[in-house]
Amino acid sequence: MRVALFITCINDALYPGTGQAVVTLLERLGVEVGFPEEQSCCGQPQFNTGYRSEAAPLARRYADVFRDYDHIVVPSGSCAAMVRDNHPRIDAEAAAGTAARTYELTEFLVDVLGVTDVGAYYPHTVTYHPTCHGLRMLGLGDRPRRLLEAVKGLRLVELEGAEECCGFGGTFAVKNADVSAAMGADKARHIEETDAEAVCTVDNSCLMHIGGTLARRGAAARPVHIAEILAATEEAPS
Amino acid sequence: MSGTYLGMPSFPTAAAASTRDMRLRGNLRHATHTIRAKREQAVAELGDWQELRAAGAALKERTLRHLDHYLEQLEDAVTAAGGHVHWAQDAAEANRIVTDLVLRTGESEVVKVKSMATQEIGLNDALARAGISAHETDLAELIVQLGDDLPSHILVPAIHRNRDEIRDIFRSKMGDRGRAAPKNLSDDPRELAEAARLHLREKFLNAKVGVSGANFMVAETGTLVVVESEGNGRMCLTLPETLISVVGIEKVVPTWQDLEVFLQTLPRSSTAERMNPYTSTWTGTTDEDGPSDFHLVLLDNGRTDALADTVGRQALRCIRCSACLNVCPVYERAGGHAYGSAYPGPIGAILTPQLRGVGSELDASLPYASSLCGACYEVCPVAIDIPEVLVHLRERVVEGGTVSVRGRRTTVKPAKGHAAERAAMRAARWTFEHPRALRAGMRMASHARRLTPRRLPLPGAGRAWSDSRDLPRPAPESFRDWWRRTRGPDAGSADSGKAEVRERGERRDGGAR
Repeated sequence: MRVALFITCINDALYPGTGQAVVTLLERLGVEVGFPEEQSCCGQPQFNTGYRSEAAPLARRYADVFRDYDHIVVPSGSCAAMVRDNHPRIDAEAAAGTAARTYELTEFLVDVLGVTDVGAYYPHTVTYHPTCHGLRMLGLGDRPRRLLEAVKGLRLVELEGAEECCGFGGTFAVKNADVSAAMGADKARHIEETDAEAVCTVDNSCLMHIGGTLARRGAAARPVHIAEILAATEEAPS
Repeated sequence: MSGTYLGMPSFPTAAAASTRDMRLRGNLRHATHTIRAKREQAVAELGDWQELRAAGAALKERTLRHLDHYLEQLEDAVTAAGGHVHWAQDAAEANRIVTDLVLRTGESEVVKVKSMATQEIGLNDALARAGISAHETDLAELIVQLGDDLPSHILVPAIHRNRDEIRDIFRSKMGDRGRAAPKNLSDDPRELAEAARLHLREKFLNAKVGVSGANFMVAETGTLVVVESEGNGRMCLTLPETLISVVGIEKVVPTWQDLEVFLQTLPRSSTAERMNPYTSTWTGTTDEDGPSDFHLVLLDNGRTDALADTVGRQALRCIRCSACLNVCPVYERAGGHAYGSAYPGPIGAILTPQLRGVGSELDASLPYASSLCGACYEVCPVAIDIPEVLVHLRERVVEGGTVSVRGRRTTVKPAKGHAAERAAMRAARWTFEHPRALRAGMRMASHARRLTPRRLPLPGAGRAWSDSRDLPRPAPESFRDWWRRTRGPDAGSADSGKAEVRERGERRDGGAR
């Protein structure tokens, strides 16, 4: 089984800790992870803003780079959804080899590896925000929740309005900054109301917005990617 | 209706003001969350909801593919049943037809059933210019009309108003248009409804001309269908001598049996009812029963052009239930007026730019009035993939393309005002195609990370972000540099065989947050 990590550009530049956590986690589960260095971006910012012609070379590049792998693991719901749903819309032929073999991290764990208890230890109160593309485009369902519930020491608390968008939406966050901020403020308020120490998602792009909003409000809750929770153990805590 | 959508600002500009209107935000939050929860329950009762949804989508899709055939069948059936069919290519033509028909009756007043098509074409204003008063009889439309306001929701046009505001409008304005509200009117819903009932009863009983839209038109029999909750529609459809119905051409369904699907999905999606209180159907005219003169105005107004777009045409499946508005987090915060058309919310964001084009600043901003969260697609009873169409229309805005305008293939140029964005997207794409440059760029960002502020004072995207959110900081070391440092340059390729696992316990430093 040849498994590649598609790190995604945001994780690569801003949240390398998430990628390192994925590597740690998968290797702990006995999976050998490859990282083809020719990888870059899935083209989601371009595509979702309307620049399909700028996204197309990136979609084809993705197909090229990951062609030889059986599974491609992505620690991002929206990037995985971009590859799976939109790469075939851009270039069906190129995407035929890679789109269906691309998995968001929790899908890979639950569906391919068949595990929900990954042996993690995270002694904190956590609330979970299901990100929109993970929830609705990928249909992640309760996979992330099942993984979190199996984490030793972790107390999962409910988030009001959990399935409502946090307001990030890529370039939406700056093109419609007022609406985005209003949505972010409501999301942050609900997170604060849980008194959780951390808010967890499967996507750092949403967390960048949620975390930035929480920080500006001086809130205590910290944003954490699910990979970093699942990678943490009693021997090597997060 | 004296308000107009003409000359309204772009969506972000309008929304910047409306998101700060805390009363509006409160009204919308309360109303949309209430309907949202009820709809979910009503839909959950049906075990075959997904099948109904798929059937509704398929029925509409198939009908749209053969629209010419079904419209002609409809025309023949309506004519055979004693009605008159008029074809209107655009709003101006439809308004002219209706105005002429009313003038011919010698009447100067009409009663109206709530209708999106007549809002779309601005019929009330056109009638007013010809000296004809159009009285809205739907309770919420009445509130909007009395308040010199614009509808902000498809199903609940006065959703932006609360009880206090409605009482004030009734007290001060109702008398201008007929029977006045009691001076001591309170904000009790029963009292408000009673005041409206008495005011409207007078209109119904005096009306000689009724104007309606229709939810469906059955091609095989020439039957029109209106579903409603208040009974005002039934009054307007049966009491006047002349009935004029203005209906978009996409509202046709082939047979009565097709209604089986939509009469289940529409009420549950819109009002969260198992069945709406009033379903009126009529076929042409009947001697000694109901209107003796019936006119159907079939409205195109951009629909044929939308039909020519293989991705965008799914918007024509819409049955105007407004479930997408009620779940939309953007609609909930911006309000309906920000969308600058009779069709607010997610469906408006894909319908308006197709009916009107993307030439104006407002219309070009509508496809971007969404975070692409997909909640709208999830609830749509005819499975319109709204996010797909939004992205498709964004492409039309920034990249241009070929569209149909009044049936002619026309080239649309990329919209102005996107030069900086286009350059940034191009530069990003170039960098992403050159991993060495990408690595170098990330290293530069890492070196400068301590200089990255949490807020940016200069106008632009950085400030739009950092006004409400801290800016993220580049990590001290990118993932790809970490990988190369700890695994070696060749560890990543598929051919490299076993990658040695080193530095397993290394401390991870995300650093960015």
